[in-house]
Amino acid sequence: MASLVGSRVERKEDTRFLQGKGRYTADINIANQTYAVFVRSPHARAKIKSVDTSKALKSSGVVGVLTGKEIAEDKIGGLIAGWAIRSEDGSEMKVPANPPLAKDVANFVGEPIAVVFAETLDEAKEGAEKVKVDYKVLKAVVDPAEAMKSDAIHDGVDKNLCYDWLLGDRKAVDEAFAKADKVIKVDLINNRLVPNAMEPRACVVDYNTASEEITLYTTSQNPHLSRLVMSAFGGVAPENKLRVVAPDVGGGFGSKINVYNEEIVCSWASKKIERPIKWVAERTESFLTDTHGRDHVTHAELAVTNDGKFLGFKNETIANLGAYARVFGTVTPTYLFGPCATGVYVIPAAYSNVKAVYTNTAPVDAYRGAGRPEATYTIERLVEKAAMELGMDKTEIRMKNFPTQFPFKQTLVHTVDSGDYVAGLEKAKQMADYAGFEARRKKSEANGKLRGIGVSSYFEACGIAPSAAVMSLGCGVGLWESAEVRFNPTGQISVFTGAHSHGQSHDTTFAQIAADELGVPMENIDVVHGDTDKGTFGMGTYGSRSLTVGGIAIVNACKKIVAKGKRVAAKMLEVNEDEIEFKDGEFVALKSNKKKTIGEVAFACYLPGQRDEMKSPIPEGDEPGLIESSFFDPANFSFPAGSHICEVEIDPDTGNVKVEKYTAVDDFGRIVNPMIVEGQVHGGIAQGIGQALHENTQYDETGQLMTASYMDYTMPRADNFPEFNLGFTCTHATSNPLGVKGCGEAGAIASPPTVMNAVIDALGGQEISMPATAEKVWKACKAMKKSNAKAA
Amino acid sequence: MKSFNYHAPKDVKDASKLASSSSAFLAGGMTTIPSMKLGLASYKDVIDIKNIKKLSGIKVSGKTVTVGATTKHVEVAESKDVKKAIPALAKLAGNIGDAQVRNRGTIGGSISNNDPSACYPSACMALNAVIHTNKRKIEAEKFFTGMFETALKSGELVEAVEFEIPEKADYQKHPNPASRYAIIGVFVAKHKKDVNVAVTGAKSCVYIDKDLSKKLSSNFSLSAIEGAEVKSSGMNSDMHASAEYRANLVSLYAKKAVEAC
Repeated sequence: MASLVGSRVERKEDTRFLQGKGRYTADINIANQTYAVFVRSPHARAKIKSVDTSKALKSSGVVGVLTGKEIAEDKIGGLIAGWAIRSEDGSEMKVPANPPLAKDVANFVGEPIAVVFAETLDEAKEGAEKVKVDYKVLKAVVDPAEAMKSDAIHDGVDKNLCYDWLLGDRKAVDEAFAKADKVIKVDLINNRLVPNAMEPRACVVDYNTASEEITLYTTSQNPHLSRLVMSAFGGVAPENKLRVVAPDVGGGFGSKINVYNEEIVCSWASKKIERPIKWVAERTESFLTDTHGRDHVTHAELAVTNDGKFLGFKNETIANLGAYARVFGTVTPTYLFGPCATGVYVIPAAYSNVKAVYTNTAPVDAYRGAGRPEATYTIERLVEKAAMELGMDKTEIRMKNFPTQFPFKQTLVHTVDSGDYVAGLEKAKQMADYAGFEARRKKSEANGKLRGIGVSSYFEACGIAPSAAVMSLGCGVGLWESAEVRFNPTGQISVFTGAHSHGQSHDTTFAQIAADELGVPMENIDVVHGDTDKGTFGMGTYGSRSLTVGGIAIVNACKKIVAKGKRVAAKMLEVNEDEIEFKDGEFVALKSNKKKTIGEVAFACYLPGQRDEMKSPIPEGDEPGLIESSFFDPANFSFPAGSHICEVEIDPDTGNVKVEKYTAVDDFGRIVNPMIVEGQVHGGIAQGIGQALHENTQYDETGQLMTASYMDYTMPRADNFPEFNLGFTCTHATSNPLGVKGCGEAGAIASPPTVMNAVIDALGGQEISMPATAEKVWKACKAMKKSNAKAA
Repeated sequence: MKSFNYHAPKDVKDASKLASSSSAFLAGGMTTIPSMKLGLASYKDVIDIKNIKKLSGIKVSGKTVTVGATTKHVEVAESKDVKKAIPALAKLAGNIGDAQVRNRGTIGGSISNNDPSACYPSACMALNAVIHTNKRKIEAEKFFTGMFETALKSGELVEAVEFEIPEKADYQKHPNPASRYAIIGVFVAKHKKDVNVAVTGAKSCVYIDKDLSKKLSSNFSLSAIEGAEVKSSGMNSDMHASAEYRANLVSLYAKKAVEAC
């Protein structure tokens, strides 16, 4: 039987999605449900002097109004920061309380203050307008670079500083810099991004007054974790009385990892008002309150020799956490960022210092790539600038500093198990016709246009997060994944996974894997996820972990099924277990060539005592049934890597940047479904080009989000992209039995520096910040014209 | 969105009778409905005029093209008559917003709203349009009175827009990358006697750039405006574009339009 792993199997989930048959949270309605509308702070920073709900309570159709006072009285816990980060001086990070409904002070525009429940959505809105909140407006802290010099916005958080973290050795770096021929410096802003999942957040809560169980349908990337957090930290209900269902979810990109205020409030309130509750975010609420991404201010330096060898690297970054530290908020700018900032290079000495600050803006958390795009942008801007300043070819300088031996002990933390960075860059050069660039540049020049080429080589650490590696870093918790493979008596198979698909195509890829392991058609396999009442515990999907962690748990559970199947088949065929071979879904007795299919074995496992059968097929010591589970905690992260090359053409009259060519060569180890992987890369590149050229989150100085709709926030569109030119190299990961590496974030990690390097190349080395909007580029073109005229 | 009374009158008279200070006419709804959804606007009565047959359609006479108020952008963009008589008008309509907007949005809605970055007002100005309402005829120059403001009075409804057919014309726009409204749109029309350069997006309301119009009236060629300076004073400056950048674009796109004529 041909292997399904490696083939372009069409997506099982497309049938329902393309026919509009997906079942999203907002599609779910419960009889007698009420509608929730939240009263949100219109101010970025304000004292809440009083909240008057009397008029709202009298408003037509209003069932209840709840505020921060009631939720505090009921001792419902707040939102949490997931990872404890220590400062360089050994002190613990400073994390302010983040109540689900703000009681005393509001810290960003959109923070929920109260909630109104009513019979209809219109009545809930009407009621919400009648909640009177008396604010004393305070001066907001908005700019992360200024935060440490501004008033403290949280009690007990001096200088608005959560932590001042160091990874690496400052002394060794100073020594390396002392030996340098040249020091390359960059000042970078990694622009804040709004995730913009296609489906806004939503929740529907049903409280069963008889069983006292709360069922929460929600837009989550990790329903089991949501249940754990809401139970352990929120105190909403014990875990056995809380069922969390994340049905079809329309995109997450990290923004749906967190348990949010609305989910906690509605779950708590449903029990209180004894009515089901439905809440669906409007797009403006998504802009204001979904966790945002990136937002770093970085100064970085690279010490080099005249012949282009890297000696040392330093990285001083201010990371904006927004108003509160959330689940991955504190780890994203530290352990997901710092270690990767030395990139794919041998650099003898390095450090990353990150100061994470609070500001009166929406909380910042993981967003596709989480820390690794910021890291790659930092090092790849430096390397490109080094090539320019040393007069070296941009690919040659990279080749010169690539490791050639694997495992590669990277400077700061990671031991990269496998890779071939030279092969990747060589392939990218060839596919992009790197050698032919100069001719294309001249042609553009003849048309009055500026053409630039940019290169990035990246690696990333994903498959978050192996316990062994995480523990050695002294932070956080290890994140394994579970699977259960359940044969039904009649031979169909349910594969339960703790991972969650919100665009990743698990229905298809996980079925491909299980079908190969069990030797059955993938049509017989259903992948089940997203419901805490089905399947075992799970950690969810983020950090390119589903396949490398969750997929392997499935493989291991399948192997246990086959192992038991062998024992049962041996007994059925009356031979010893070691005389049985399992191949293509059949257990074969090698000597007699007698067979039992896996379906027959499964049937026998469930119906061991049959008429006319004298003996049970269940071996002594085994139990009936054919269900196996596995918890997989890999030995290490997975380390995808690759090289991307981009060409842009700039119209100097308008500053418009056109991406003319984009070539990506990635090493994701063994690929399960090339079509799905290409889709992931396309999406990632699109998001990265969005960051580099279009997406521009802007707060004004009072903390109002100026770009809170699609009229003002530029999402990249299909006509902003060329046809992407994709290639792959393959070195197998050694940390898992399939040899697979994560692929979900790579595109978004590699593309921003690739595009910006091309833009800056076209501008003759003039540095501009992301996003390279038309006006910024136009100004740079004007400055270039002036300096060229001067030189002439 | 707050509740409202929905009306769908069959003729203009009934539509006009229903109008009050708390009502809105609804054609394509491309601005009215989002404004209502965002809570920026609310009305007691929404008067849908799409069922009034005589408000829709395109007529070409010897000297003019008349477009009914509820004619959709897509209809203007694809009209053979418009393409023949004023190709620049068809081109303008074909580049408004996106396909969804063009399939619903109407010319009457666009000019009645008079968004400072809308495309159609520039065509009205450059093509010496006359706006036919249920009460009177208004010259374009007097119709667009300020930011989101027009000469329309309460209960007054645009019925059609009558454009003068020029000798040559072209429309060029630099779209806002987010909304794809015009950051700058320049409509250049060469009539028998003179040339109009109408600009949208640059200021609080559409206007004729008199200097460029004059220069091109005496010599309709690229060289006539080659070195002409467009002043940035009075131009909009916002997070999407500074006044200086807009001024550069006006001069640039005026040249592009002349070149394309």
